[in-house]
Amino acid sequence: MRHLSYLFVLAACLLAALWLEPVLKVNVLRRWRRLLLTLVPVVVIFGLWDLAAIAAGHWTFDPAQTTGILLPGRLPLDEVLFFVTVPVCAVLGFEAVRAVLRRPAGDEE
Amino acid sequence: MSYTAAALLGVAGAVLADLFVLRTRLVTRVAFWATYPIIIVFQLLSNGILTGRRIVIYDPAAILGLRIAYAPVEDLLFGFALVLLTLSTWVWLGRRGIDRKPAAGEGSRLLRRLRH
Repeated sequence: MRHLSYLFVLAACLLAALWLEPVLKVNVLRRWRRLLLTLVPVVVIFGLWDLAAIAAGHWTFDPAQTTGILLPGRLPLDEVLFFVTVPVCAVLGFEAVRAVLRRPAGDEE
Repeated sequence: MSYTAAALLGVAGAVLADLFVLRTRLVTRVAFWATYPIIIVFQLLSNGILTGRRIVIYDPAAILGLRIAYAPVEDLLFGFALVLLTLSTWVWLGRRGIDRKPAAGEGSRLLRRLRH
């Protein structure tokens, strides 16, 4: 189970944010096309940053606490899932704040 | 390039994208700055676990060495760039008419009750 440590942290982040969808009706998952399109540039740009940082030795991952599934460039699958989880949580939080405060963000009609 | 330099460049890139490329100007909006402190709390928690339990290990030569809740201070810049690029892309897509509706809070009985 120890090799799932990284994934447990990501799952906890999702659990901490996903309740906003049914409770506050932030409608982020309902707008899934927009969410998926948001993920594309973010995963690509931060994935490339991660690859460069791994190549430069800025950071390494404990093989005992990660899935061990490595993508080309020795990029752990765990990291790719990080770049999916964090943006989903960020959008959920942002839309929750908008639902409560009703302040404009620039995409209103 | 050190992680410190890369993180500063990342923040600069995300701010430039927000202001001049996507022109979402989130860094000038209350909605963004009201969200960011909430996100930072969760970042410090999750990142603290990832670094404190040494799931992710940093090269001491690539960072300043200043740490907040176990994580190198550079991670805060990395996180800011990640969150800002995410939210500007999200708003930019909405402005282009992609899934603009249903808006946040639309159909929430809880919010309706709180407002009356």
